Amino acid sequence: MNERTAVFDRPLKTSPLPFWERSLVQLTLVRFREFWREPEAIFWVFIFPILLAAGLGIAFRSRPAQALTVGVTHGSLATALRSDPGLSVRLVDPRTAENELRLGRIQVLVLPAAGGGVRFRYDDTNSEARTARLLAERALERAAGVRDAVPVVAEIVHEPGSRYIDFLVPGLLGMNLMGSGIWGVGFAIVDARRKKLLKRLVASPMSRAEYLLSFILSRLMLLLLEVTALVGFGALAFGVPLHGSLWQFGILCLLASLTFSALGLLIASRARTIEAASGLMNFVMLPMWVFSGVFFSYERFPEVFHPFIRALPLTAVIDALRASMLQGAGLEKLTPQMAVMGAWLGVSFFTALKLFRWR
Amino acid sequence: MVTASGRPALRVESLRKAYKDVVAVAGVDLAVWPGECFGLLGPNGAGKTTTIEICEGLLAPDAGVVEVLGLSWKTSARQLRQRLGVQLQDTQLSEKLTVEETVRLFRSFYHRGLGVEEVISIVELEEKRKARVGALSGGQRQRLAMACALVGDPELLFLDEPTTGLDPQARRQVWELVAELKRAGRTIILTTHYMEEAERLCDRVAIMDHGRIIALGTPAELIASIGGGHVVEFSVDGGGITLDPTELASLEGVRDVRQANGNFELRVNDLHRAVPSLLAAIAERRIPLSELRTHSATLEDVFVTLTGRHLRDE
Repeated sequence: MNERTAVFDRPLKTSPLPFWERSLVQLTLVRFREFWREPEAIFWVFIFPILLAAGLGIAFRSRPAQALTVGVTHGSLATALRSDPGLSVRLVDPRTAENELRLGRIQVLVLPAAGGGVRFRYDDTNSEARTARLLAERALERAAGVRDAVPVVAEIVHEPGSRYIDFLVPGLLGMNLMGSGIWGVGFAIVDARRKKLLKRLVASPMSRAEYLLSFILSRLMLLLLEVTALVGFGALAFGVPLHGSLWQFGILCLLASLTFSALGLLIASRARTIEAASGLMNFVMLPMWVFSGVFFSYERFPEVFHPFIRALPLTAVIDALRASMLQGAGLEKLTPQMAVMGAWLGVSFFTALKLFRWR
Repeated sequence: MVTASGRPALRVESLRKAYKDVVAVAGVDLAVWPGECFGLLGPNGAGKTTTIEICEGLLAPDAGVVEVLGLSWKTSARQLRQRLGVQLQDTQLSEKLTVEETVRLFRSFYHRGLGVEEVISIVELEEKRKARVGALSGGQRQRLAMACALVGDPELLFLDEPTTGLDPQARRQVWELVAELKRAGRTIILTTHYMEEAERLCDRVAIMDHGRIIALGTPAELIASIGGGHVVEFSVDGGGITLDPTELASLEGVRDVRQANGNFELRVNDLHRAVPSLLAAIAERRIPLSELRTHSATLEDVFVTLTGRHLRDE
């Protein structure tokens, strides 16, 4: 008898395995290891959203109100216009004035007209030009002695929560939860099927439910890191608020992550190749990147589309996260969004179980 | 030595399985006894893998009976998986895990079994314990797959093409491992298309072709069934002059003549009578002999005799 195989003749260990060596723990650990040992995955899940938030946050930061530029050809008009602090007035040569306007160096060109009147030349699709025109008109009227019919007091407010970065961070968080849920679960399963690893696991006594559960457990733990990284960055770098209660915000993230993991499972339930799976994933995710209001509000789309857009899981997630973070909305106010998420979660999960191909 | 006593470890009766338009298994009957190493030998596409995957409970048969360790897959799948070890053809284990992590994962699925370190030492991967699977050679990966099959201390072990694609040295290591498992009294069922492997490792062999078993017995019995003896292979550089196969067949001691790719293969009873008469016949015609080899009849020759084809003819 060879020394190496002598172990076969000894009585076997039948005592229950210690906690860390049990199958659910081991399966979950494997998910973690596979994730941490893939540097690209770390980049896309943790670094990329932060870079995106930083870049867009800087590009669209709130700047001090800038004076709008108007061009005039006659010095007499310039004096009247300069009385408004919101306007920067430039004297321009009549021959080059049109060119200045076209290049956007001046927003409005103010010209004298017959009978003591003035002519404004500007592009009415440019909102800055329209504002400049109104300011210029008011300045000229006041100079001519017109008084405001309604007394007005203007109070200036710069409140965190209403800037573009505040709008953006919940959007990026939703997009990130979608990406890591769908990719994280989908690719891992399709890859295991392609390598026939899934078949090998099924040939062992592994519990299939535990296998699927391990994806959810590892997602939940990564979720904590993902959310903390992005929301923490937003808070520290830009002062993005988190008005809602922490545990309610946590429940929303959890529900969102489960929903997208279930979608990932559904996408991966039959695909045999990475190519087929990534095609399906892009097909599912692309419309949501465009419509669900990650970077701009879906209100910009025609109103007839809104019910469809609101039925998309990412729209529900982002709406709920924004309401919770920026307005402090409680879960009771977010029932419609949570219902949409729950419906996608349930339908995807049970369809996936029905369709799932273990070989 | 193995005795056919008690209940078989695996019993298969009139097994059939067809895919869309191909009949993969067309009526197979088998019985494998405890402690036996049983080989399914046949060319690619003979139905070996389909047969073994049905026995492993991975495929459902269209018809027939499969009884593993006296149990049926329909009623006792959970229990059976605990008691079987399986190594599939070309499974790729996760490349990012280490050897130890992989074995520990598989160990976690079994209620009882061997220690992780023990299994790693059985397959001689101690030095690679902390190495990523992605960094292993083909032979090392195959031994890791064996470790995953062994970690639950299976009563019955299925090995599907355990040495396909390995270099000769790695193949020898797997053979040694299987031989040791045999000595440790494990029941093993393996598929292969290497006749040398089947002859060396298996107590009994079933030769499969086109979904059927065309011969069954110990390697010695199968070789004896074609009359045993020896095979003389030769080729001549005839420059237009050829040898007449019927004339060769009439030489002393020659039982059978085959001609393939310009080679002649004679099946002979006695080398000491057949070879001199063959050489004399060639010398008489003044044809230069370019190659001459002899070997004892093998399972390959059994397959050739039964089907007219070589095992590895593509």
